[in-house]
Amino acid sequence: MEGKPLLKVEKLTKHFGGVVAVHDVSFELRAGELLGIIGPNGAGKTTLVNLITGFVKPDSGEVLFGGKEITGKMPYTIAGYGIARTFQMVRLFHALPAFKNVIIPLCSPRVKKLIGGKYGERDDVAIDLLDDMGFERDSFVPYKLAGSLPHGYLKRLDLARAMALRPDLLILDELFSGMAMSEVASTLSIIERFSESGLTVVMIEHRLKELFRVADRVMVLNFGLKIAEGSPKEVMESEAVKNVYLGTEEEG
Amino acid sequence: MAEAEIDYRKERIDRGIKARADTIFAISSYRDILYLLLPRALPVVALLVLPLILSQYWVKVLTHTCMIALLALSWDLLASIGLVSFGQALLFGVGAYISGALNHYFNLPYGLAMLIAVFGGGIFCALLLAPVVRLRGVYFAIFSLMLSMLSPRLIDSTDILGGSHGLAPVALFGSDLVATYVAVGAVLVCLFGFRRLINEDYGVVMMAIRDDDRAVMSAGINIYWRKIQALFIASTVGCFAGAFTTHHFGFVGMTAFSMDYSVLPLASAVLGGAGTFAGALTGAMILVPLSESLRAIGGLRIVCYCVILIAAVVFLPEGIFHYIARKYNQFERIVKV
Repeated sequence: MEGKPLLKVEKLTKHFGGVVAVHDVSFELRAGELLGIIGPNGAGKTTLVNLITGFVKPDSGEVLFGGKEITGKMPYTIAGYGIARTFQMVRLFHALPAFKNVIIPLCSPRVKKLIGGKYGERDDVAIDLLDDMGFERDSFVPYKLAGSLPHGYLKRLDLARAMALRPDLLILDELFSGMAMSEVASTLSIIERFSESGLTVVMIEHRLKELFRVADRVMVLNFGLKIAEGSPKEVMESEAVKNVYLGTEEEG
Repeated sequence: MAEAEIDYRKERIDRGIKARADTIFAISSYRDILYLLLPRALPVVALLVLPLILSQYWVKVLTHTCMIALLALSWDLLASIGLVSFGQALLFGVGAYISGALNHYFNLPYGLAMLIAVFGGGIFCALLLAPVVRLRGVYFAIFSLMLSMLSPRLIDSTDILGGSHGLAPVALFGSDLVATYVAVGAVLVCLFGFRRLINEDYGVVMMAIRDDDRAVMSAGINIYWRKIQALFIASTVGCFAGAFTTHHFGFVGMTAFSMDYSVLPLASAVLGGAGTFAGALTGAMILVPLSESLRAIGGLRIVCYCVILIAAVVFLPEGIFHYIARKYNQFERIVKV
């Protein structure tokens, strides 16, 4: 897979009125890699994800996935190519039981083509996936309405829903925000397992300690600009990152 | 007094079958079977027996009720996918005019005319409303309302399809009883069909689109295509109601687009409880006969009708069917704390 990136983002730019949310961002992602994206609030991380997944149309620049141009396509088309995402603010179907939430991607043309599945079988696939995410199969948790579950469960439910799409690329938008420490640890090991099995992952995260432990490469955004990219160690030591996170003029 | 309220509270216990896992029912006794069967058999038996025991006038009311019920069911289906329609009259009118015109101008037998009206009208309405499936909530409501109000004006001012005089004569059904049973049958097929549909994965996707369409898109499902499909299904039902009424009255005119066909189905679904389909039927079975029986008091009819509706919405906002279902599925008792 050397030289042939799975995802190639080129000079992506998006303005919202006068605000530049993402400016001229380019990066490449090889298959099997785990890329971390960090940056302060408002740096354009979520907008970048929205641009890649088609929820926001870019002003200029292009996105290539597996060599195919996907810039500005509809979100469901892009999801159909195999890019799954989670949402920073969980977007779940509150009126449906937890496992029915996972049924939705299983009904998509992509999954139907990959594994087939009929009514009833999908329930089993969904419960298996949830069990994997720490929803105990024999408890009532998978059958409860999603709206009645605690926040940590909702985040993992979102992850299960993304994984149900059998993605080639998984984009996690601040999955750990609002999770308890113990949940972060268990969820992180799940993501590590996915990554080791060959899944390409993009993680946007504020918990730098956890991210730096699992990431192969880290990219730093600030005010829509890419200011650093490299291995976790390089990024941690880079001057630009220190400036962003600690301020330019050190006081005391 | 205050103390007594603290000492006692209302306890709710699920009645009947405990091992319930969505699609699997563990049936252990005749009581359980009855418990499950009774609420499902009730509307079937009631609708099949009523035409035989009612007077001729009330049989006509029942037929009309069935038409409103069909429109309410199709409203409920659209609401399940997040499309709130204020213009069910559009579906009704399109079905009515297609069937009427085919019969009047081309002498097609009414069966064939109705068939074309149902499917052709379904496609026509779905195409008409398709451009706005990207709009949600109030925008779709306004668009559907505008289309249903625009159509009769268009017919009136351009004098097409008989203009303000309407089209007559149009072929009639053989007998009233046959017509009534066709109407009743359509309602039952539609009710149980829709309930089945919504419980399948197809319906789960619909409800998910209502809950959060962006999340459904990120799951790789084309929500606009799904909405157009739902529009088509709902439109065929609405068009059937229109086409049926045309051949029931032997006439089709601008009244096919009247506001009654938009307001009554919506009121029925809301009064009965949206999202269950059974609620829409319950609402129609209450509202339409009620409005007929209030005819005797003349001008005050609308006032009474509105007061009853307001009272129902204020005191039973969840809808009658949800309320009954809860009472049926749960014991309530006062327990000492």
